[in-house]
Amino acid sequence: MKKTFKIGGIHPDDSKISSNAAVEQMPVGAEVCISMAQHLGAPATPVVSVGDKVKVGQVIGEPAGFISGFVHASASGTVKAVEPRPDILGNPVPHVVITVEGDEWEEGIVLANDPVPVPELSREEIIDRIRRAGVVGLGGASFPTHVKLNPPKEKKAEVLILNGTECEPFITSDDRLMRERPTGILTGAAIIMKALGVDLCYVGIEENKPEAIASMTEAAKNCSGIVIVKLAKKYPQGGEKQLIDAITGRQVPSGALPIDVGAVVQNVATAYAVYEAVCKNKPLISNIVTISGHSLASQHNYEVRIGTPVSSILEYAGVTLGDNVKVLSGGPMMGRCVSNPGATTVKANGAFTILTESETKRGVESACIRCAKCAAACPMGLEPWLLSRLFRAGDRNDELEKERVFDCIECGCCQFTCPANIPLLDSIRLGKADVMKIIRSRAK
Amino acid sequence: MLKTILLTAVCLLVLGLFFAVVLYYVARKFKVEEDPRIDTVESIMPGANCGGCGFAGCRSFAENVVKAPDMKGFFCPVGGNATMEKVAAALGRAVEAGTPKVAVVRCNGGCDNRARTNVYDGSSSCRVSASLYGGDTDCRYGCLGLGDCVSACKFDAIHIDPQTHIARVDDEKCTSCGACVKACPKGVIELRDKGFKNRRVYVSCVNRDKGALTRKACSVGCIGCGKCTKVCPFEAITVKDNVAYIDYTKCKLCRKCYDACPTKAIQAVNFPKPVIIKQDEENV
Repeated sequence: MKKTFKIGGIHPDDSKISSNAAVEQMPVGAEVCISMAQHLGAPATPVVSVGDKVKVGQVIGEPAGFISGFVHASASGTVKAVEPRPDILGNPVPHVVITVEGDEWEEGIVLANDPVPVPELSREEIIDRIRRAGVVGLGGASFPTHVKLNPPKEKKAEVLILNGTECEPFITSDDRLMRERPTGILTGAAIIMKALGVDLCYVGIEENKPEAIASMTEAAKNCSGIVIVKLAKKYPQGGEKQLIDAITGRQVPSGALPIDVGAVVQNVATAYAVYEAVCKNKPLISNIVTISGHSLASQHNYEVRIGTPVSSILEYAGVTLGDNVKVLSGGPMMGRCVSNPGATTVKANGAFTILTESETKRGVESACIRCAKCAAACPMGLEPWLLSRLFRAGDRNDELEKERVFDCIECGCCQFTCPANIPLLDSIRLGKADVMKIIRSRAK
Repeated sequence: MLKTILLTAVCLLVLGLFFAVVLYYVARKFKVEEDPRIDTVESIMPGANCGGCGFAGCRSFAENVVKAPDMKGFFCPVGGNATMEKVAAALGRAVEAGTPKVAVVRCNGGCDNRARTNVYDGSSSCRVSASLYGGDTDCRYGCLGLGDCVSACKFDAIHIDPQTHIARVDDEKCTSCGACVKACPKGVIELRDKGFKNRRVYVSCVNRDKGALTRKACSVGCIGCGKCTKVCPFEAITVKDNVAYIDYTKCKLCRKCYDACPTKAIQAVNFPKPVIIKQDEENV
């Protein structure tokens, strides 16, 4: 039997139609607009002002707290503005706007694609380089990586798990990265292993990416302690807790963190960013973005500088928005709809999925018949129908807390599987927000 | 046969007497002394149990008002001054007349004034929409028009206008209980003094963006220009975070700000229409 997580999960059509589109470099546009809130936690404080000349890789935002991160210029030119601008969801976030002039890089950054050996560095030096390069978790949550590599002293990491599952339909950026740059990923993994003091690393890849498995296995022959694990295809295998269960069989208890069972999970793209940061001194200023959709004439994977407007990426890919209704940042399961295409990309943007009207249509909601499909699909072992009912009844936060609404990972399996088209996740998400607010106020 | 019936009857009688004695004793021993005025006050209350007074319901209001030394801080928005006078009379206290209030929707961004930039097709709930993104216009502050306030209102006093898709309050029905204020995720609704003859002047906008952005998103948004603060003779208007606010306790309804506002974000409602003297057609 192939390895996978035990509870729940669903099998949506994976639509990996862009998996054969090799990564192309997208040229820098006339202007980049870089968000200061590209990581979980406090937004960075801009350290440049209007009129300043900046080079690629120069620090333009400094962390404003422990859980925060550095932000670097992704293009060279003149700072045009430092002001709040709406992000992809239309909410205002401080941005630094740079008018692009040429492509001048900061000194000390290795630009050649040839593999660079790992420099002799101590654990602290590695973590500091990662911090200074502004590396964040590229799986979606954009949690600052240096914080994750600095677990509390009493907790000991035993194993590193690299997430190459890419269980979300349509997205193939990690797949392409694993096929094209496996050495970089594994070097990054070795660096993270050294920083954590562990000597075992699993790389979990779903079976629908056979080329990626082959290329990673080939590259792993030269590395000690790195094991490539072929996993069955099931959504949401990329969830941290699900992946730990699938690979090690350990279960992270409710309210605990992966480190409590000795595991640290990093995305493969994060490992690659760590490799570039430590070996090439290159900060995180670009990422691989999948542009995909059944209605598109061609599928693409672009390496895009951070701060590029979504509209110009779509234009470059030849997408006309007239016929295609919805642009999602991310995939169809957990992606958010881009309501403001003028907004620019951030570090964690791995894909833009274009769906047509028929693909996005919601069915008419009908009554719950207690078929329990949602409970069977929930990978966290919750009862989505009950959580949703409790929220809708209003003022039932204590019961919601008892039913562990805070364990919800918002994967959307319940809503996907519901035959009555009940917007389960919509209400659970709000209930979770209410309960988390109560828990936080209690902690104060 | 007769013996069985008799035995049953006697048994039941004895049991009944025994439990009657127990219940009588328990009722005497554990009797809860309750102020009879609580019942009196509760019977005066409107019985809407809306929670607008700040207590869990009419009974809870009655319990608290009886316990309190005076009427300070107690006001039933549904019953208004009439009910409060009756309550005060029942308790032998004096009461100051409260000013009646009404819910005011501080957004005028209907479809004509505020262009829709995208289509929202998720759950029909303002809270869900607000948790997902900025909204279906370029203004992230205004009314979403999905009706969370409508479902929160127990008095059928607020509706979504079918033409503008903005919430509109029915002054007659509104009891100012504040349920809609709590339900609105954007904080668009405010309780304001009902005003002399229902006349009110207020800034119908809560957009905190800079003027240029506001103007781009909506033709009737407050751009925070501050013209109103200059013309107001009563210092009732303040501009904070690029949006003006009229303090209804200071406003004397002179409407100078209404005339000065360049975007017509300031609304003056229920004022008589200015009389236009018609010229006789014969004289033309």
